[in-house]
Amino acid sequence: MPLLHVDQLTKQFDIHHLQREIGVFYNLSFTLEAGQFLLVTGVNGAGKSSLLRCLYRTYVPTGGHAWYASQHGRVDLATAADVDIALLRQAEIGFVTQFLRPRPRVSALELVMEPLLDAGVDWDAAQAEAESWLDSLNLKREVWGAYPTTFSGGEQQKVNLARALIAPRRLILLDEPTASLDRLARESLVERLTVLKESGVAMIGVFHHPEDIRHLVDGEILLTSAVMNGVA
Amino acid sequence: MLMASSNHRAARLDAPRLVQHPPLLRATGLTKRYGGRLAVDNVSLEVYPGEVLGVVGESGSGKSTLLRMLNLEEQPDAGTYTLHLDGIAGQDLFALDRFDRRQVQIQRIGVVYQNPHLGLRMRFTSSGNVAERLLIAGERSFETLRAAARESLSASEFPLDRMDDPPRVLSGGMQQRVQLAKALAMKPALLLLDEPTTGLDVSIQATVLDTLKRLQREREMTIVLVSHDLGVIRTLSDRVMVMRYGQVVEAGLTDQILDDPQHPYTQQLVHAKL
Repeated sequence: MPLLHVDQLTKQFDIHHLQREIGVFYNLSFTLEAGQFLLVTGVNGAGKSSLLRCLYRTYVPTGGHAWYASQHGRVDLATAADVDIALLRQAEIGFVTQFLRPRPRVSALELVMEPLLDAGVDWDAAQAEAESWLDSLNLKREVWGAYPTTFSGGEQQKVNLARALIAPRRLILLDEPTASLDRLARESLVERLTVLKESGVAMIGVFHHPEDIRHLVDGEILLTSAVMNGVA
Repeated sequence: MLMASSNHRAARLDAPRLVQHPPLLRATGLTKRYGGRLAVDNVSLEVYPGEVLGVVGESGSGKSTLLRMLNLEEQPDAGTYTLHLDGIAGQDLFALDRFDRRQVQIQRIGVVYQNPHLGLRMRFTSSGNVAERLLIAGERSFETLRAAARESLSASEFPLDRMDDPPRVLSGGMQQRVQLAKALAMKPALLLLDEPTTGLDVSIQATVLDTLKRLQREREMTIVLVSHDLGVIRTLSDRVMVMRYGQVVEAGLTDQILDDPQHPYTQQLVHAKL
């Protein structure tokens, strides 16, 4: 059984005040095995980010299924109960967005530690792991204790990446994780992703610089505007 | 999580499969009428242990009335309410007599109101306010009361050198911390927050939110948070329920409700406020 089997997945937005439905993608199908890396490609507006958000259930799919083989049984991510999705987000499925949502008065280090603390890891272990991530992404040590609200876009992105990738996951959704990173940070991120893939983590990603991760890619999901072909 | 017939999307979702333990809070068919007006109309909700459920809606949507029923301050015209806790699991709390209901309220439920005057005696000391619930619950040792007050005030990050000041001389943010300490004093399983940071300065609001977030994580508290402030909801809630005219119009994961609202009213609410 594949880790993820997406079957005829469809997303359209129902914008009530415009009395319009806006189609994003239709009848998308593909499968993903543990340790596989799928690259999502397509022009701007083809629905690349929307696909990732549908799988994470930030967006509600309009039709179709996304069967996910969790450690506790198979569920359809398109229709699973909210509490089941919340559980999967805490334990199995990660999402790396382009933007950090910093909270006032929470330091960069603590933001990165938080997913581990939420999962019950003790403070010292969480701190050691967070430091290792921030270090490998080349975030200046002087700012670890500062509030990321004041950070540059690239620095925020490093905090965001570390926070999103720090907890163990079985499936990671990557939405342009390298967009605002310098070359060095991109290289160290790719190194981390390579290690994750080798350990069996499956990934689906949209990449601004696909050449960075070309060697990791097992298949491509090409989204063409409004009519989709899935290849895996 | 929602069984209200008014919610179209929830009707399409599967029942929980991975989460197999029962919800801590389960309320079904809650209805409350004031004269001819339906303040809360057949609302059902479930909140799982350690979860934060946000309730949003405009003034008059019924969200505060709902919270008062969950705090056993108000009896509904219809509906049942259970907390899955030792000694009271399966018991409809609305069916208890007044004394037993008060015991559940004092020992199992904590509440923080928007208006500190509702939750605090403004001329008593802050420490006295916090210890009050333990007194009602039968604790008589001064030392124990004092230690419990200190512990709760410290957990809510209240400056202990001011613990004997009465709330009336404290700032709004400090008053909310005293309310929070009072709510935590009995180590309740359920915490109800009614607009806990509304009316505070933005910077103070951020620190109170941080305290709430930290406490929620450390104590694995189950929280129902009523707020009209979507920023507060996004910061604290795992799931959100949207109310209008006493009914639930939509419920879902917080990011889903805020980023892909389904109901016309929620779309309007989200776009008006973000």
